[in-house]
Amino acid sequence: MAAAMPLALLVLLLLGRKGWCLAEPPRDSLREELVITPLPSGDVAATFQFRTRWDSELQREGDTDHYFLRYAVLPREVVCTENLTPWKKLLPCSSKAGLSVLLKADRLFHTSYHSQAVHIRPVCRNARCTSISWELRQTLSVVFDAFITGQGKKDWSLFRMFSRTLTEPCPLASESRVYVDITNYNQDNETLEVNPPPTTTYQDVILGTRKIYAIYDLFDTAMINNSRNLNIQLKWKRPPENEAPPVPFLHAQRYVSGYGLQKGELSTLLYNTHPYRAFPVLLLDTVPWYLRLYVHTLTITSKGKENKPSYIHYQPAQDRLQPHLLEMLIQLPANSVTKVSIQFERALLKWTEYTPDPNHGFYVSPSVLSALVPSVVAAKPVDWEESPLFNSLFPVSDGSNYFVRLYTEPLLVNLPTPDFSMPYNVICLTCTVVAVCYGSFYNLLTRTFHIEEPRTGGLAKRLANLIRRARGVPPL
Amino acid sequence: MGLLSDPVRRRALARLVLRLNAPLCVLSYVAGIAWFLALVFPPLTQRTYMSENAMGSTMVEEQFAGGDRARAFARDFAAHRKKSGALPVAWLERTMRSVGLEVYTQSFSRKLPFPDETHERYMVSGTNVYGILRAPRAASTESLVLTVPCGSDSTNSQAVGLLLALAAHFRGQIYWAKDIIFLVTEHDLLGTEAWLEAYHDVNVTGMQSSPLQGRAGAIQAAVALELSSDVVTSLDVAVEGLNGQLPNLDLLNLFQTFCQKGGLLCTLQGKLQPQDWTSLDGPLQGLQTLLLMVLRQASGRPHGSHGLFLRYRVEALTLRGINSFRQYKYDLVAVGKALEGMFRKLNHLLERLHQSFFLYLLPALSRFVSIGLYMPAAGFLLLVLGLKYALELWMQLHEAEVGLEEPGGAPGPSVPLPPSQGVGLASLVAPLLISQAMGLALYVLPVLGQHVATQHFPVAEAEAVVLTLLAIYAAGLALPHNTHRVVSTQAPDRGWMALKLVALIYLALQLGCIALTNFSLGFLLATTMVPAAALAKPHGPRTLYAALLVLTSPAATLLGSLFLWRELQEAPLSLAEGWQLFLAALAQGVLEHHTYGALLFPLLSLGLYPCWLLFWNVLFWK
Repeated sequence: MAAAMPLALLVLLLLGRKGWCLAEPPRDSLREELVITPLPSGDVAATFQFRTRWDSELQREGDTDHYFLRYAVLPREVVCTENLTPWKKLLPCSSKAGLSVLLKADRLFHTSYHSQAVHIRPVCRNARCTSISWELRQTLSVVFDAFITGQGKKDWSLFRMFSRTLTEPCPLASESRVYVDITNYNQDNETLEVNPPPTTTYQDVILGTRKIYAIYDLFDTAMINNSRNLNIQLKWKRPPENEAPPVPFLHAQRYVSGYGLQKGELSTLLYNTHPYRAFPVLLLDTVPWYLRLYVHTLTITSKGKENKPSYIHYQPAQDRLQPHLLEMLIQLPANSVTKVSIQFERALLKWTEYTPDPNHGFYVSPSVLSALVPSVVAAKPVDWEESPLFNSLFPVSDGSNYFVRLYTEPLLVNLPTPDFSMPYNVICLTCTVVAVCYGSFYNLLTRTFHIEEPRTGGLAKRLANLIRRARGVPPL
Repeated sequence: MGLLSDPVRRRALARLVLRLNAPLCVLSYVAGIAWFLALVFPPLTQRTYMSENAMGSTMVEEQFAGGDRARAFARDFAAHRKKSGALPVAWLERTMRSVGLEVYTQSFSRKLPFPDETHERYMVSGTNVYGILRAPRAASTESLVLTVPCGSDSTNSQAVGLLLALAAHFRGQIYWAKDIIFLVTEHDLLGTEAWLEAYHDVNVTGMQSSPLQGRAGAIQAAVALELSSDVVTSLDVAVEGLNGQLPNLDLLNLFQTFCQKGGLLCTLQGKLQPQDWTSLDGPLQGLQTLLLMVLRQASGRPHGSHGLFLRYRVEALTLRGINSFRQYKYDLVAVGKALEGMFRKLNHLLERLHQSFFLYLLPALSRFVSIGLYMPAAGFLLLVLGLKYALELWMQLHEAEVGLEEPGGAPGPSVPLPPSQGVGLASLVAPLLISQAMGLALYVLPVLGQHVATQHFPVAEAEAVVLTLLAIYAAGLALPHNTHRVVSTQAPDRGWMALKLVALIYLALQLGCIALTNFSLGFLLATTMVPAAALAKPHGPRTLYAALLVLTSPAATLLGSLFLWRELQEAPLSLAEGWQLFLAALAQGVLEHHTYGALLFPLLSLGLYPCWLLFWNVLFWK
């Protein structure tokens, strides 16, 4: 849950004719929003979304050629301020005004979860998609931890979270809003109190559940002018119990099994906790070439039975050139755990190919799960252009499903590592030992020794022997 | 090599070696023992030092102050445990969740091959509880483990209390880069083994357990904690793991650093470390500690639950709180601070612990002997077998051949050797096969035949196993009288010489391999088995040789080691106690092979015992 996503740069390029929206989008626009979700554990999640759109003179022709699609992943990236600063510079108001004043590095990195993303994609400007706009979405999600940041207290405010308050919207933005999740966890009464009381609320089906959000519009002059600043406060009416958090319908876990430095097994557990609906997931795995996958050992089992994937695409690795690519469409039965496992052998690298810290291990990138998860409540079709940003990143036309993309944890795998501390000594010693001992012993063992009788008799005897040999008589 | 390639000089050299063989053997054996004893003196033993850069220079300030909290947790835990009679799983889950951990449980069950009388268990089923502290903003790729093994008796509740208090303290900190797993296992080592197997998704020992719901990446290091009182006088550290595996020396150095920093009294093998290494007292005290370590490592059993982690290449050690009659006592805060410091330094690790030694001997906590320095001791002992005696026998056999040739054959080098003069390897097949079969019977029959034994004799299963073991072992001694009829011998001397040659090579190979993986076991067996093996021959004072051979057989070595061990611990055994302990040790050895995969029992029964029988066979050759 608290696994921070490595910096995920999703570049969705060259979208086809059936683009995301067909209506004429507004040009050169900025929308910004902040979603605050108090979690039943007492933690609080905050998600920033910034969407910038601008026109482009680039003309589109034809459909997407899948040969140009690329997928790359860098599993080892610890996010820090170095990632935040350039990301902030892409914002039109930088961090001077609007929601982005809350982006203070020391608070954002004092959290238990941090995920930062940039999505860029073309958007069609007309039905025939002859001209396009570019859309840049920047999202940042953090989870403030009641134990670390909150020091045990479960009441939150903007100031407590970011040590700043909101004063004005970004002047360049067309919309600047804060949404606070005020959905009741218990049906009977309200569990959460929000201060100042919201003027409007927004109700929708988000990820399969009905949610209610309080809206604070920064362009609403009354909101700011009353107190010169906006410091939204959350107070639990009844403190939430220390219970296990609710489990999502689809979640996954990945690990390396086995021990020793020769073989191992990559196992991915896919959980479908939906009580009665089965649904398919697309599992995408890239495994570095130095883990030599045994594809014949690929086994997929759910509920003790073999589960045959309806589609498998496997592209084998080439040493030092390209990783393994394994893509499968797997049907997850209702209320089940599906185990996908594949065995591998650890390759021996050339000694110059090891990283400077070879004993740390080598990273294997996360698997990517994409699924249309059936929702409990049917969503009514909405106009994606009008709905809040957090709801429209992956729009789905069908109201009974919602789209989920999950990344499992990256793995750390140890490869057989030579002792780099004294390769020189070892090489020298080994060479000397081999040269001196092996050579001479081999010589001794393969040669046969005879004692040669000293030649006596001289010329006369040799002559006699010559004659005897010619006669066929044994020599003297 | 000109020396060896000239046949005349070769023969001269061979004669020299043959003539000086006995003194050379004695010299080599004495040199081996002396080298080992010399290991405790300063030029050979060095001060330990921290090799790992990430743990060396960075100082940490310990802030743990949850002594009261730990004691309160411990009291609650003990009360709940007494009430339920087993591990209070629900209480542990609730408490761990309340301090902010992600909590999971794992249930396991295991039917032991026969009832374990020392721990009073047969059909074991239990539940492990573990909580994971997720490192903020990290991706759960690496983790550290703090584990408390809980047995069936009510010890170790203070350790659980300290674990929970530490978890609460750690949870409030922002600096963790690795996840920390807090693990409480039931049925001490069985629970740990079940958890480790499930974590790595393997099944090594036939344990039945539920799969783990939560994982935290590759485990980098583990610390096991055993505390049974609110105050301790000293902390004892155990490093010896399964099959004599040892953790990286840096982990021990880390512990020692925090012992010094916190002013804690820390012991190794229950012995304080001597201060003065210049006089004779220090090294002598060091020798005691060293011998204790050798005995414990040679036993190949995990001395604490850390021992099981080592198989999975997780560096681990066990800390035991000792409460003796000393005046000055430390409370849980001091222990907690040492643990906090250790975990914070382990948290700094960029790579797995790999910089320091993996193979070492410890004459004191702050002194070590590296593999390069202790290996010659075993080398000298094996030299007796491998080179001198095998060489001597080989040459004698060769000389005998030449001697037979010379009167009969025509003078001259070109006469081909008559084929009947070969060593007669066929005659060796029978004794080799019979002794190996005896070893196999020793390995298989006791556990397999326990039910038959209990039906026919008034004994319990565990006793039946041990007695069958001893019976088969003793039955092996009757073998030579059987084999000599099978073997058709043409030249009587050549027969036993060939057998002894093969036996010596076999023994040398086995001891060499053992010494490489578990030096202590290899050295101990070499010290006892080598002289008797070298002396065994069917001439001379046979009863003396037979007595020597019996005294140095693997079982007698085990018995002797038990006496030596208790003597070194300053708790000498009486003969009857020693015998009881010996029987218990046999049962434990078999059990540990089946439950944890300890290799001592199969090694002795399938490898060394048959080899030893061969020497017995040589001794009674007719």
